[in-house]
Amino acid sequence: MIYSLILRVAVRLLVPLLLLFAMFMMLRGHNLPGGGFVGGLVAASAFVLYALAAGVTRAREVLYVDPQTLLGLGLACAYGAGLLALALGKPFLTGLWLHPHLPLIGDFHLGSALLFDLGVMLVVVGTVLLMVFSVEDRLPGLVEE
Amino acid sequence: MNTLLVLPIMVPAITGMAALLARNYPRVQRALSVLGATVMLGVGGALVYQVQSHGILAAQMGNWPAPFGITLVADHFSAALIAVSGFVGLAVAIYALAAIDETRERFGFHILFHLLLMGINGAFITGDIFNMYVWFEVLLIASFALLVLGNDREQLDGAVKYVGINLVSSASFLTAIGLLYGLTGTLNLADLSQSMQPVREAGLGPAIAMLFLIGFGIKAALFPLYYWLPASYHTPPAPIAAIFAGLLTKVGIYSLIRVFTLLFPNPGGYTQAVLLVVAGATMLLGVFGALVQRHILRLLAFLVISAMGYVVMGLGFFTTLGLAGAIFYVLQDVPVKTTLFLIGGLMERETGTTNLSKMGGLYQHRPLLATMFIVPAFSLAGFPPFPGFWGKLTLLQAGVAQEQWTLVAVALVVGLLTLLAVAQVWGRAFWRPKEGELTVLDALNTRILTNGPVVVLALALFVLGCYAEPVFSFARTAAAHLTDTGPYVQAVLGG
Repeated sequence: MIYSLILRVAVRLLVPLLLLFAMFMMLRGHNLPGGGFVGGLVAASAFVLYALAAGVTRAREVLYVDPQTLLGLGLACAYGAGLLALALGKPFLTGLWLHPHLPLIGDFHLGSALLFDLGVMLVVVGTVLLMVFSVEDRLPGLVEE
Repeated sequence: MNTLLVLPIMVPAITGMAALLARNYPRVQRALSVLGATVMLGVGGALVYQVQSHGILAAQMGNWPAPFGITLVADHFSAALIAVSGFVGLAVAIYALAAIDETRERFGFHILFHLLLMGINGAFITGDIFNMYVWFEVLLIASFALLVLGNDREQLDGAVKYVGINLVSSASFLTAIGLLYGLTGTLNLADLSQSMQPVREAGLGPAIAMLFLIGFGIKAALFPLYYWLPASYHTPPAPIAAIFAGLLTKVGIYSLIRVFTLLFPNPGGYTQAVLLVVAGATMLLGVFGALVQRHILRLLAFLVISAMGYVVMGLGFFTTLGLAGAIFYVLQDVPVKTTLFLIGGLMERETGTTNLSKMGGLYQHRPLLATMFIVPAFSLAGFPPFPGFWGKLTLLQAGVAQEQWTLVAVALVVGLLTLLAVAQVWGRAFWRPKEGELTVLDALNTRILTNGPVVVLALALFVLGCYAEPVFSFARTAAAHLTDTGPYVQAVLGG
């Protein structure tokens, strides 16, 4: 944890922005550069920044679930996306598509690839935070009192 | 059919994931681990049955057609290996319930164990060379973590060597893949076997074959790149060492056989000579190492190396008989090595030392353990009626048919020296009388969990030795499919 007023104030602005940007990166990744991995790194960096400003204990509280649980849930999403196809009698990991017509948005492509990407994102967030939190817990100078 | 091919990867993956989510409930984790391993054994059995009755199976992941997407292929060789690894996986999962301490469990032993099985199965079942590389990385990452789990100084020392040498191996493997892809434009193994012409024209065949030999040779612990194995395998607890010894080197040897039979079926130049020399040197130096060791697990680790030499010898002949012998030898060697390491762990537990010179009295005080030791040990030495004998007999027959007299002589001498090495263990640890009683350390519960799997494994080996014909004819079919790649290619590419 770094005692800095500037960082604390800046983090309040940056964390929501980074999380929003992470979601944008993930959704954009379907056809353009981006995707779950990059999105996950950005989202993880938001929590890392928060941990630097407010301490790991506080960051863990804000994250609400353990990084390990995120990892597990991410894997479950990714496997689920593959197994969904299997359940419908198609080969494992076959892309499935829904085309619902939504009010205001119009035609909408919803694919199992999105679920997979979400899984990747959760796994990346979980992994990065697991590493950073456990290292930062032990770094001299960054330990909370 | 599709579903079955995905299961060897998905069952351990889901087990590992569920164990991760249940990490705060050790009892649930343990139950999941055994359940997952049991299901995996069932899947392995089903796969063998399906391959036997329907021939080679292939499935296209994500419904992308063959040379473009990733194909999973189960032929006789890979199906048999998946079934055998399911068998030893279950045995080790049960043994680990008693032999893995709580700290290691809390740091994710069960999760990593199933991820390791996923990587191993993935490498066995994939039909895509780059995908094979990915599964190697999966199993390596899991094995790195399992190796250092517990943080002993000795473990870290072994792990540094293991990680370092494996990076070299991965680099060599990846370079070979890159060269192949650059010359042929495909990564699908079946498709590659059809489009090796540009590689031959460029004169790069032997060079790429050697890169593969280095990459897989390090993983399979072949001469001269085996030194990492005895330096690291004795450091983790027995169940981890057992699964490493039983399966990790076999993945290397499986890939070596798969790649050489598909891509370099008639190797020109020095390839065959190199393989045969490597085979002889691996056998000899492995057993020499074992003869001078007094540390029980290190001694066994050297015997792992020696056994790999036999398999490479079978491949080096490039005949169906040689391959059949190699496949049979691998199939029986997986449970042999696992059993030996599990027994080694028990010997250490019972006597409180790893030093053979200080052990003793095990035959008198632990007759069951002593009886169980005989089966894998004599199988390793190639004594009838144990399964190792049939494997070695076939390999020697193949050698005689090829008139490779030097190698046949080396194999016979190594068999004798292996007998000497296991007889030393027998004489020192089991037969030598010891003053007083051996104290019984573990509760009955623990003893059942650790001795039970060993008894089952040893019995299975004994039955296999007495009744080897079904497995041997299966190995012969597998070898026939490796020499005649037509059915494999057709199953993957269709038409």
